[in-house]
Amino acid sequence: MATAVDPAFAGREYPATAPYSVGREKIREFAVAVGASHPAHHDLVAARGLGYPDLVAPPTFAVVIAQRAEQQYVADPDAGIDFSRVVHADETFTHHRPIVAGDELATVLHVDSVTQRAGISMVTTRCELFAVDAEGGDPGEHVATVTSSLVVRGEDS
Amino acid sequence: MARPQLADLTVGDVVATRTVEIDRAALVRYAGASGDFNPIHWDERFATEVGLPGVIAHGMCTMGTVVDVVTDWVGDPGAIVRYGTRFTKPVPVPAGGAAAVEVTATVGAVDADAGTARIDLTVTHEGTKVLGRTQVLVRLS
Repeated sequence: MATAVDPAFAGREYPATAPYSVGREKIREFAVAVGASHPAHHDLVAARGLGYPDLVAPPTFAVVIAQRAEQQYVADPDAGIDFSRVVHADETFTHHRPIVAGDELATVLHVDSVTQRAGISMVTTRCELFAVDAEGGDPGEHVATVTSSLVVRGEDS
Repeated sequence: MARPQLADLTVGDVVATRTVEIDRAALVRYAGASGDFNPIHWDERFATEVGLPGVIAHGMCTMGTVVDVVTDWVGDPGAIVRYGTRFTKPVPVPAGGAAAVEVTATVGAVDADAGTARIDLTVTHEGTKVLGRTQVLVRLS
């Protein structure tokens, strides 16, 4: 039995995740998957030629990291999100600096809003990605912000 | 290739167009690369059981694929500082062949003080808009 989406989760902030290690081969694999052929995603010499320390992640790569962090909320049974009724509504990436291979990124997940109207719920989450050292030290440089909204259809719709 | 210059841009200019093809193999590849293994993107039976016409593309696969036209135009993937979209219609991906997605990139705004341009993408499949309000903010200075 599906439970209703719980509005009390709005405003919640989760502790920072363990760091995600951005690897060169993961950047290449993701770039191939989205048809991103720019050499800065694939070739170290090209990336360094543009002034980057390592391979540059494609513009939507941060979703890999954000969707992991979002699981803390959307997979929590108490949140009441029935994933078979979920439709992805919108997504926005803001890069405070490009993500590059070698980054260790910890994510702080926020539930920005939970709204309900006519049997439809909409939840908006925001992931703040920070560069940390490999041991997961204090969050340092703010690297990216990923906001995502999901629509959850009610039982009768 | 010469990089685009802010001063040369006029709102309304079409800076690039492209047709991208998304087939089932692309969806499997995207599932693996992204970690999004929702079966509506690869299992026909599951997709129809939940009321879809068949397998549909991950919205994030479409979003990730269409922005490459901007990366190529601007010449530097790190110049893309903001990218957002709304998923308005699903893209059904047939068992054979591929879904063709048409992309048109237009200058939506120019901010000379900030050194940025907003490129708006029109993204359609078989004449229907599949992404809405798709905006890419690029730094050009």
